Amino acid sequence: MTGPTYLLRGVSIVGGEPTDLLLRDGVVARAGRGLRADERIDADGLVALPGLVDLHTHLREPGREDAETVESGSRAAALGGYTAVCAMANTDPVADTAGVVEQVWRLGREAGLVDVQPVGAVTVGLRGEQLAELGAMATSAAGVRMFSDDGHCVWDARLMRRALEYVKAFDGVVAQHAEEPRLTDGAQLHEGDVSARLGLTGWPAVAEEAIIARDVLLAEHVGSRLHVCHVSTAGSVEILRWAKRREGLTGRPSRVTAEVCPHHLLLTDERAASYDPVFKVNPPLRTQSDVDALRAALVEGVIDAVATDHAPHAVEDKECEWAYARPGMVGLETALSIVLDAVGPDWQLIAERMSRTPARIAGLAEHGNDPAPGTAATLTLVDPAARWTVDPNALASRSRNTPYAGLTLPGRVVATFLRGVPTVLDGKAVR
Amino acid sequence: MIKHLLSAADLDADGATRVLDTAAEMASVAGREVKKLPTLRGRTVVNLFYEDSTRTRISFEAAAKRLSADVINFSAKGSSVSKGESLKDTALTLQAMGADAVVVRHPASGAPHRLAGWVDGSVLNAGDGTHEHPTQALLDAYTMRARLGRLSGLTVAIVGDVLHSRVARSNVLLLHTLGADVTLVGPPTLLPVGVEGWPVKTSYDLDAVLPTVDVVMMLRVQRERMADSYFPSAREYARRYGLDAARLARLPDHAVVMHPGPMNRGMEIAPSVADSPRSTIVEQVANGVAVRMAVLYLMLGGSR
Repeated sequence: MTGPTYLLRGVSIVGGEPTDLLLRDGVVARAGRGLRADERIDADGLVALPGLVDLHTHLREPGREDAETVESGSRAAALGGYTAVCAMANTDPVADTAGVVEQVWRLGREAGLVDVQPVGAVTVGLRGEQLAELGAMATSAAGVRMFSDDGHCVWDARLMRRALEYVKAFDGVVAQHAEEPRLTDGAQLHEGDVSARLGLTGWPAVAEEAIIARDVLLAEHVGSRLHVCHVSTAGSVEILRWAKRREGLTGRPSRVTAEVCPHHLLLTDERAASYDPVFKVNPPLRTQSDVDALRAALVEGVIDAVATDHAPHAVEDKECEWAYARPGMVGLETALSIVLDAVGPDWQLIAERMSRTPARIAGLAEHGNDPAPGTAATLTLVDPAARWTVDPNALASRSRNTPYAGLTLPGRVVATFLRGVPTVLDGKAVR
Repeated sequence: MIKHLLSAADLDADGATRVLDTAAEMASVAGREVKKLPTLRGRTVVNLFYEDSTRTRISFEAAAKRLSADVINFSAKGSSVSKGESLKDTALTLQAMGADAVVVRHPASGAPHRLAGWVDGSVLNAGDGTHEHPTQALLDAYTMRARLGRLSGLTVAIVGDVLHSRVARSNVLLLHTLGADVTLVGPPTLLPVGVEGWPVKTSYDLDAVLPTVDVVMMLRVQRERMADSYFPSAREYARRYGLDAARLARLPDHAVVMHPGPMNRGMEIAPSVADSPRSTIVEQVANGVAVRMAVLYLMLGGSR
């Protein structure tokens, strides 16, 4: 690879003392003063993070290219500081075969803006009846290691047990959308004060917590890895804390990991009072005490990672009645700012929860490494002092369903590099 | 006066009382030989009904016509999404037709809120999903006041499927605003999680509540709810929560029995109770027209 070389001048690596970084031939070639390069970026006051890694992205291709494509979603990701995203399997057709995961993987390579790592479906058609060919997806060019029926829960306990056992053969992990379906029939909003007042069918916290409790026990029983998607309640945090304490006693490395979405760190169910479905998401927005518990769990490490659950939807799927709207929010371009707002400028924590740990969970060895001589130049530059106001029409995503319209947020991604090649410069997509 | 009537909570005590006082004046029109006022001549009221509701639609239609408004009935059964045109596109159509007010009945909670963001005219919620039905609460309050002479300090029991009832939600809000005390009664499965935050008492024991009330309002209970295990059978429901003659006898002498209709006779209310002099059910229907006239008059009459 022989592109231009870049010199990042006066950059703080994950909050450390300012230095200069020379990016050459796809790697961080040197650090220190007195270096020369083709292009210089004045990084005074900027923070370099290992490129962010999203464990939970809906890119909608194939099937709903009107809402998002691999390319448009990749661009949104790069602008948000991401260098890798895990593309969820609920496309049309579903990513439940080697053919579909390879298609998504190839589209990601062609776009070349982030590494797109396909997630494979656990069950055929996400129907929860029969295992998909997990091994074929694992050995395909896409090299799938994470499997999820996200959008649907693998609710059948026996099938979940089998999936957890089966993926051990290739060090896979099952990422569970924890939702007991019999408790959420027709559910629209967190079950509590607000759902009672608004007359919207409740989505009880117990529907999430019951599945997480079951799954951590199953994972322990069969000695497999479990990843819990989009944890949204204080009760789920308690169950995860319990599970991790038990693991600590065995002395084995952690087998249960969990993610939280930025919107669950900031917004509450009170937002639904407008009946604007831009606030409809699954799992739903919860209460302030849940938000507080999730923030604390993220800092403490009971929750391992932040994941966006970036869920683009076409205008007509949101400009309608609440009950008829599709659940989900776009999040790639706002995630870092929301986390910064939630936990403050603790760069080590942010690097850990948004890059290093998610890279390890997803098995992406090239990602999640702090910029240092010899590592891949896969990094993002953040201006912590900048503040910006979210304009849905200015998003690179094809969809506009952000819940943060008009909100002024801290922190701005100035540049993103993927193996030494800039995907974002001056806060704008390079292509 | 308020621009939209989306929730009973949109009205403060003064505003609600003004509606009830105006409704009393409107009721006198119904006694005249010519039952018509020229107030809303040249104004257009659209009845946009996504659910079958003959009684509410006719009530609004009669109210608008007695005020000399032009009335357009727009019936759009089924969900807007499955039937093609979206609610927003319908809203833009009504906007282009120059609707001064849109009266909307919709199976989805919050649909009137969405509509209010898309049209310039006033939106009146005529029942949205399991959310609210504010004009029903107004006509119920009017009926109580007419029968009992006051609202402040009254004790009202609302009995039945509170979870799925828009009538209950609007009544709780309006009666609280007007100073009445509300007790919600029903099986625990049909009282919503979150009801603890409402300004009400709750009880699972109808017999214990009846001797203490001035008004008992029976809610319609759909037999299909037992398929979802909200209660074991229609018979058991009627036995525990139905208002029959024996329970009627437990009420204080002055207390009245209300029902928003349509009734399931033999389920939540026995025929002898529904047809008894204690029942206000027919008055409620008559009062509905006067109350809706008052709402339309106050919301549209002064704005030109």
